[in-house]
Amino acid sequence: MKTIEELNKIRAEKRIELDLRKNTNADTREKHILVCQGTGCTSSKSPQILENFKKIIEEKGIQNVRVIKTGCFGLCAKGPIVIIRPEDTFYAMVTPDDCEEIIQSHIVEGKVVERLLCKDIDGTKVTKLDDLTFYKKQKRIALKNCGVINPEDIDEYIAFDGYRALARVLVEMNSDEVIETIEKSGLRGRGGAGFPTGKKWRATRDAKGDKKYVVCNADEGDPGAFMDRSILEGDPHAVLEAMEIAGYAVGAEKGYIYVRAEYPIAVHRLQIAIDQAREYGILGKNIFGTNFSFDIEIRLGAGAFVCGEETALLESIEGRRGQPRVKPPYPAQSGLWGCPTLINNVETYANIAQIILKGADWYSSIGTATSKGTKVFALGGNVNNVGLVEVPMGTTLREIVFDIGGGIPNGREFKAAQTGGPSGGCIPKEHLDTPIDYESLKEIGSMMGSGGLIVMDDTKCMVCLAKFYLQFTVSESCGKCTPCRIGTKRMLEILERLCSGEGEEYDIYRLEKLAANIKKASICGLGQSAPNPVISTMKYFREEFRQHAIEKECKAMECKALSRIEIDEDQCKACGLCQRNCPVNAIEGEGREKRHINQDKCIKCMTCIRSCPFHAIG
Amino acid sequence: MVNLKIDDKKVCVPEGTTILDAAKQAGIDIPTLCFLKDINEVGDCRMCIVEVEGRRGFATSCIQTVEEGMVVHTHTPNVLEARHAILDLIISNHSKDCLTCTRSGNCELQDLAIKFNVLDIEFKGERTEHKIDDKSPSIVRDFNKCILCRRCVATCKNVQNIGAIDCIERGFESCISTTYDHSLNDVNCTFCGQCIESCPTGALHEKENINDVWAKLKDPDTYVVVQTAPSIRVALGEEFGMEIGTNVTGKMVSALKRLGFDKVFDTNTGADFTIMEEATEFVKRFKENDNLPMTTSCCPGWVRFAEMEYPENLPHLSSCKSPHQMFGAIIKSYYAEKNNIDPSKIYVVSVMPCIAKKYEGKREEMEVNGLRDVDAVITTRELARMIKQANIEFDKLEDEVFDNPMGEATGAGAIFGVTGGVMEAALRTAYELITGEELQKLEFEDVRGAKGIKKATVKIGDKEIKVAVAHGLGNARKIMEEIKNGTADYSFVEVMACPGGCIMGGGQPIKNSKTRMTVDVRAKRAASMYSIDERSTIRKSHENPILKQIYKEYIGNPGEHKAHELLHTHYKPMEEYRI
Repeated sequence: MKTIEELNKIRAEKRIELDLRKNTNADTREKHILVCQGTGCTSSKSPQILENFKKIIEEKGIQNVRVIKTGCFGLCAKGPIVIIRPEDTFYAMVTPDDCEEIIQSHIVEGKVVERLLCKDIDGTKVTKLDDLTFYKKQKRIALKNCGVINPEDIDEYIAFDGYRALARVLVEMNSDEVIETIEKSGLRGRGGAGFPTGKKWRATRDAKGDKKYVVCNADEGDPGAFMDRSILEGDPHAVLEAMEIAGYAVGAEKGYIYVRAEYPIAVHRLQIAIDQAREYGILGKNIFGTNFSFDIEIRLGAGAFVCGEETALLESIEGRRGQPRVKPPYPAQSGLWGCPTLINNVETYANIAQIILKGADWYSSIGTATSKGTKVFALGGNVNNVGLVEVPMGTTLREIVFDIGGGIPNGREFKAAQTGGPSGGCIPKEHLDTPIDYESLKEIGSMMGSGGLIVMDDTKCMVCLAKFYLQFTVSESCGKCTPCRIGTKRMLEILERLCSGEGEEYDIYRLEKLAANIKKASICGLGQSAPNPVISTMKYFREEFRQHAIEKECKAMECKALSRIEIDEDQCKACGLCQRNCPVNAIEGEGREKRHINQDKCIKCMTCIRSCPFHAIG
Repeated sequence: MVNLKIDDKKVCVPEGTTILDAAKQAGIDIPTLCFLKDINEVGDCRMCIVEVEGRRGFATSCIQTVEEGMVVHTHTPNVLEARHAILDLIISNHSKDCLTCTRSGNCELQDLAIKFNVLDIEFKGERTEHKIDDKSPSIVRDFNKCILCRRCVATCKNVQNIGAIDCIERGFESCISTTYDHSLNDVNCTFCGQCIESCPTGALHEKENINDVWAKLKDPDTYVVVQTAPSIRVALGEEFGMEIGTNVTGKMVSALKRLGFDKVFDTNTGADFTIMEEATEFVKRFKENDNLPMTTSCCPGWVRFAEMEYPENLPHLSSCKSPHQMFGAIIKSYYAEKNNIDPSKIYVVSVMPCIAKKYEGKREEMEVNGLRDVDAVITTRELARMIKQANIEFDKLEDEVFDNPMGEATGAGAIFGVTGGVMEAALRTAYELITGEELQKLEFEDVRGAKGIKKATVKIGDKEIKVAVAHGLGNARKIMEEIKNGTADYSFVEVMACPGGCIMGGGQPIKNSKTRMTVDVRAKRAASMYSIDERSTIRKSHENPILKQIYKEYIGNPGEHKAHELLHTHYKPMEEYRI
């Protein structure tokens, strides 16, 4: 059992030892080789890289060099990532075979391995992580320890102020003061809907009940979203600490983390963190010698998207089929086993300790009038820098996509971005300069959601996009209520008809009518927001829907049944390249003849378009 | 009390009242589909949605409770459009073969389609296709007609405490099924049929045996005898528009005779045999303290439940066959012999309020000397269908009486159909068997009524006998647990699988959700049963003259050799279904 004094001692000692992690001028002869062990880099052999480094260092008998596993650095597109501290050298796309060279050249000879440096958007090679445009506009609060500490070592967490907020809360603050601080900070739920966190804490605290629970919703399920996973993998103690603070504030002694079983690394590190915290007495009875006791258990989700919905999540924890309950009553009034229950999302919790330590005023100074702090986005799709970014609320979509994200690859045009996953909507070009916060996104027909941000270029068909999200919802609907179970299926069928050329003009009206009724009549957030991707694409790209329905044409040429590839005879120079590349011999014409496409044979693979040097095909 | 406004009407209701209930009290009807009062209050179908001022989206009136100052609108254009769309969606995934559906005319989905004037399906599309499960002798599941209201699931899980069915798969593929998607025949289903009573559509129904019966009625070489269970007569009339609980004994007998049955007998007589045997068995076991408490065994759903889930408790069950099985055995032995009929030419049809009886009739133990006790079991609903098929105007029939001599029964036999009735009938006989004195007050009020488990202490001579009555398998399980862990201090326990007893059996006329919300169907049918008992001249089974005669001429003493051969059975554990 640790006392606060012992905690302070660990922090003081470890902070000096780990100074080089954050200070490029650290006065040390040590070097730390940080190897990303997030899911993305892990799938690109980063555990092998970690092992190789260790082996080589041992074989060569190199002193003062430590190899550290860390969580995600964010720039997943360039993974596996290796960073060497204190000099902050950033090596991208490292393979296990590169380890030898990095050790020999960088560590032994002191020469940076030029070929492994990361190229910035403008093509220049960047040596330091902080110099990358990707990181320049970011502000890391929730992700502050990701890529900095070893998530499997509680001492490293403590070194960077870990569990200090908990200690402060337990010794210096009462429940009211904690809740007031959270309220004043303006923090809102990062799971999607943006409900004021402090208000939720207060409602749970004020609810009658001898037993209360604190739950962490780590059932991240939006396609392309991995914010919560990265936090759990990179900084699990931040979530534990926040849950304890929440438990103290609302009067709970037991917490559950509901995490997807598909996140094995996150689950593994969470369990290590819980075990270490228990060993230190930071979880368990009479924490820091106070009256406060708290413990946390992990509950694994079995892969149902709907279990991210808070009441379905509760059902699942209780051992039943994951299906939502009708609200009200809200979980704050009647949650787990009928007891008042506080449910927050991983990212929400990741902000708590910082708010306690730095104060509500500090936090509320970041962001916009109604949305405070930062938001983590999982940036994906047709964007150069695919990865995890954390920006202050109010940052524009343009800044995220073009400055941080490095713009659209292959010289294509930006068409739209999808936020909020299957519950959100698309944002077209004309709204690129909208500052991102809860209200403004809602105003333009999208939503913050949990933070998935998928960029689409001009080769994307918006009817197909709507269809994609509907497919997701249809397969993830729990089947409890009629509008979601059958309604979304019918919407999908209409979209499928439109994409295959079997649609009719009236289908657009049917879609609208269904969408409106499903939104209003479904039980839970999943159903109520399921039509959003359709509604927003219809709002901004109605002409595309009309073209699909009436003219049977898909201009983006994504709908194979509706696209027709033709060769412009004026532009064709009869070079024959298209003909040689066509996999089905659909292109006819010989010698100096202009080529043309036999539509009966064409499979619309678009190889000819890509191979034509004169842009004569389209 | 909470004050609110519904459709401009001021309403004042107790706290905790649902919007649906409050509206009902104000005389405002809100359509429902998945709602089944006290059993399934989940808000799944979304038909009962209403608008509440100041609230985003719709409120779910069947579960959300009233709040002070609430302003509710139950049929705004918005609400009506949404309900219509929801109904359209449900029907778009429904088989729609109403003309050939057993529930046509008594289908809650059909009622709504008529009410909402659904003439075309706007949102057509793929339908989920399911194979029909008709493997069991009792029940048929046709999930092409299922609307996923889950009333059956709630009934099976929460009322009966069995949980044989639940939702599997998800989204559009969701369907109600069993463990590993097995047939109901091969899981822990007890065939109580309460799910059928809960089903708003034709997705669940009994395995029909009408055609088997018609075929035998047409065959001049077969001597077709029909017997009707005690509770049929208080429910059959409902299928012809009569008041719930109307006693239609005379019309029923008359209709059966017109259908062409050679003899129409009363299972109540069979019930008197059961009492003779069961009371005798009880007295013996009580004296010898042999496997007490002894439980009744006349309910096949209960027996199947015990065999599947409590095989260790099987010695506690009485070895008596159920009334209609006893009666079938006597018809094919005593009656055949007495009337010079070749028993192999006799075809016994039982009209039962129960679908588990269909399974019971097919159990291998239920035969004597190679002759099945009972050849076909049809439910009250099936009998009504036969009467309708024969174009008989039921309400215009003259009253007729059961054929003698096997049609004579006592009031004790009559109340078999209601929870507590078997116990009461048995006590009347046991009292006189033990004391040799005449029982003065015949009514045992403590074992009557709707309470799930009723306990009573009865003084017989110098002995106090503790008894218990449980109805509904959820309550039966409680008793079984007590027996298992040795805390059951009763000597005699009556169990019926269906809540309310046979009058509420799985083969009885189906009452829709609205009726069940407003009328106490159980109480009405029960009252009718008790009044039959009250009006009977003989109210104790052992005083039934035909019984006395048959025991004297043919069987000998109750519980002895011949009685055992004809009237008793045995049980076998079915642990393979234990979950």
